[in-house]
Order: sequence, then C-alpha cells, then structure tokens
Amino acid sequence: MPKKYETPLLDELEKGPFPSFVTEIKKAAAKSDMAADELGQLEKSYRDKRGYWKHGGIVGVRGYGSGVIGRYSSLPDEFPNVANFHTVRINSIAGFFYTSKFLKEACDIWDKYGSGLTNLHGSTGDLVLLGTNTENLEPIFAEFSSRGWDLGGSGSAMRTPSCCVGPARCEWSNIDTLDITYSITQEWQDEMHRPAFPYKFKFKTAGCAVDCIASIARADCSIIGTWKGNIAVDQTEVANYAKNGMNIQEEIVNMCPSKCMSYDGKELKINDADCVRCMHCIAKMTKALKPTGEKGATILIGSKAPFVIGATLSWVIVPFMKMEPPYDEFKDLIRKMWEFWDEHGKNRERIGELIIRKGMREFLEYIGVEPQAQQVKEPRRDPFFFWTEADLQK
Amino acid sequence: MEKEEVKKKIYELVEKSMGKKKLKSSDIQKTISAEAGISRDEVKDALKDLIDEGKLIYTYFGGSFVEIPPK
Repeated sequence: MPKKYETPLLDELEKGPFPSFVTEIKKAAAKSDMAADELGQLEKSYRDKRGYWKHGGIVGVRGYGSGVIGRYSSLPDEFPNVANFHTVRINSIAGFFYTSKFLKEACDIWDKYGSGLTNLHGSTGDLVLLGTNTENLEPIFAEFSSRGWDLGGSGSAMRTPSCCVGPARCEWSNIDTLDITYSITQEWQDEMHRPAFPYKFKFKTAGCAVDCIASIARADCSIIGTWKGNIAVDQTEVANYAKNGMNIQEEIVNMCPSKCMSYDGKELKINDADCVRCMHCIAKMTKALKPTGEKGATILIGSKAPFVIGATLSWVIVPFMKMEPPYDEFKDLIRKMWEFWDEHGKNRERIGELIIRKGMREFLEYIGVEPQAQQVKEPRRDPFFFWTEADLQK
Repeated sequence: MEKEEVKKKIYELVEKSMGKKKLKSSDIQKTISAEAGISRDEVKDALKDLIDEGKLIYTYFGGSFVEIPPK
C-alpha cells in the first residue's frame, strides 16, 4: 500500500535509540487503511496541538457493559477509516503466561477484524486491541470466546484483576498470586462485565513487598504477600556478600526503614520485632536472607491516579490475612467494602476518595475491622480515630 | 413478585428517566427493590435478563449507565 500521509512530526519520534510506536503504526499502515488513517490523524493532532478522539457512547457486545471502549474520530470525513476506532480489552491471563499459538491466533483475528495494532499489555493489565469498527465487535467477541477467552473490564466495573508472576517464577512470593487472581476473576464475573459500581475498582496482587506489579500505586485493592515469622540469616552467605564487595552497612543496614538491623563486620543481626517486612534486605541478599513462618497477605485500599483528588497510594486495612482457597475471608471483606461504597459513593468517586471523604473510622466500623496501629498512614499527622460518646461512657 | 413484573418495572423506570437522568445499574437496583419490597439480587437478576435480551443496553458517558437502545 503506498504511503497515504506525510508525517514529518511523527517521523521525529522514530529518531534515537528507543523503539518507536510510530514505526510500528507505519508497519501496520502498510497493510491496513485503518492504521494509515490513524497515522494521518495523529500527525494532524501533533500539528494542531489537540486531540481528535471522542470517547464513550453506545458500544459493546450483547449482554456486556464492559470490555469495549468506544472511540470515535471527530474528523470522520477527513479520516473515514478511523471514524470508529474502538478498543477491545481481552481478559489477560494471570501472570501473562500466553502460548505462542494463542498470540498468533489473536494477531490473526485482529488483522482480520481490526487495525492490526495492539497494546500488549495496556496499563490496565488487559490484552488491548486498538481500533476496530462497530460491526466487527460481535465477530471479534465470538472468535475469542470460542477459543476460551473473554472480554476484560471497563467502565464503572471491577477491572480485569492482575498480578505479578508469583510462585510461577519467583521463590520469594508469599502467596499464590496467580490463583488469587483467577479466583477473583471467576467469583466476580458479573461485577466485571455488568458495571454497577460508582466507578472503577481494580485488584492487583503482588507476592511480596517488592511489589513488581506496583499494586500499591495502581489498585483500589492491593493484595501484597507478607509473612509472620523471623528472617532467617545465613551468616556464611552474608560473609560472601561482604567478600564480593557489598557494603552491607551502607546498602543494607542504613537502608532499613525501621532500623532493625546491625552489622559489626562479621555478623548481621536483625531485631525481627521491629521489622516492617519491606523486603529490601531480602531482595538485595537473596542467598543470605529468607522469610520464615506463616505466610499471608496485607490488604490495602485506595490507590489511584489523579482525578477528583490527587494521586494516592493504598493504605493498610488488614495487616495480615491468610490467603488460602477459596479465600472466603478476603471475599467477604471485599463485599462489605463494596456495600459501603455502594451506599455512600457518588458517581465517579473511587473507594479511596470515599474513605477520605467519610473518614477511616466510619469505613472500618462498617466493614467490621478493628482499628490497628498498622492502619495509621502518617503518624502524628493524620489520626483517623477519635473518641466517640460511647467510648467516653466507659 | 414475578420476574416478568420486575422486568416491566425496570423498563418503565428507565423509559421514564430518558432525557432527564441517566440511571446507573445501582440506581435501578435501589429504586426497584425499595418500591417493590424485593431484594436487590432479584432486581439484578431481572436487569440481567433485560440486558441479555437486548431490551436495555449499557452505555458509557464518564460512568456506566443503563439505557434503552436507540431505534
């Protein structure tokens, strides 16, 4: 297919050492009119310094309120092939373990019905297919569902849960992140496909506090693996790290957030009672240190990107919860949180914003969780708890 | 209350709101369950049927709503 548009501004984005999305769109444009017009519209956006996409509206597959994001060009006469340019979200598999057979099939389906452009994966965690028209949505859904795949979440719904690779590839995972993600997905199919929340709700599960999936910043509910026992220390391996050039005092002891470690040049000592399970020392000295004892997860609530209020990180609600199938304790807790949100949440208000508006005490009372020291996010600056009339009577 | 009756009530509520206020699924569940004295799960189930039958659809305008499909 001959080149349809001149793109001098986009061409600038191909220069330099990094991979360029422009190069990829150009490759797709060689065989897809849709991708070619997308390139043309994008160049115009760069030239005019404004976007030309409209978002939302009436679009989807029968029975689903999620998984398709309607996008329309505001210049349909100039770029007719992207008059409709809907995004399709496919529910990604836990840990992103695809077979190459599936990936080839997904690309073939997308070449047939869409622009050929994908976003693997979007920041949502879904397998994102970029750009198709309204008529092709049902056939795309039929192709994927006949192969055992489903649409992901979008809109005011539970979003496609995601997790780190967990025990599949990482020996430090304290919980089975993959199984938790699968269980959440199966349990709340309606909540994902039939939007009924005030706004979006995201789950992300990390096996440990290293939090490779950045759940603490990106999920309304972060599930982060932790442990109850001590950190086992292999002093021979500690000596090896020192021998191989590690400055244990600087890189480990001084970096400990709760200052629970000491090193005299021979022996590394840990005061486990003061350890906050941040994983820094373990991640740095994988051969010398190891968590022991009971494993479980810390449940945190409320992170989000800027919108009504600024960006927030999740904060601790339950410091330690056993996470074993069928995860009933966890699921009951989440249902109570959703009830609170449903009862008090305004349209487009995330659960974290609601907790800030209503107060942590009211939230904890509603979900039936006792106040605990670990829930205090910023000591001496932000006390959540005040005496009630009933407390004063005691 | 029979499911068909609940479905009728939901449809009428959505129809009455057209052009005035976009209703969320939870708005419908709250209103109908209070009006009809039934559980929200029953309303949810009837709403699910209406969506599956294509009599109502989900739309997105900064949030997800339930509406009557355009003719």
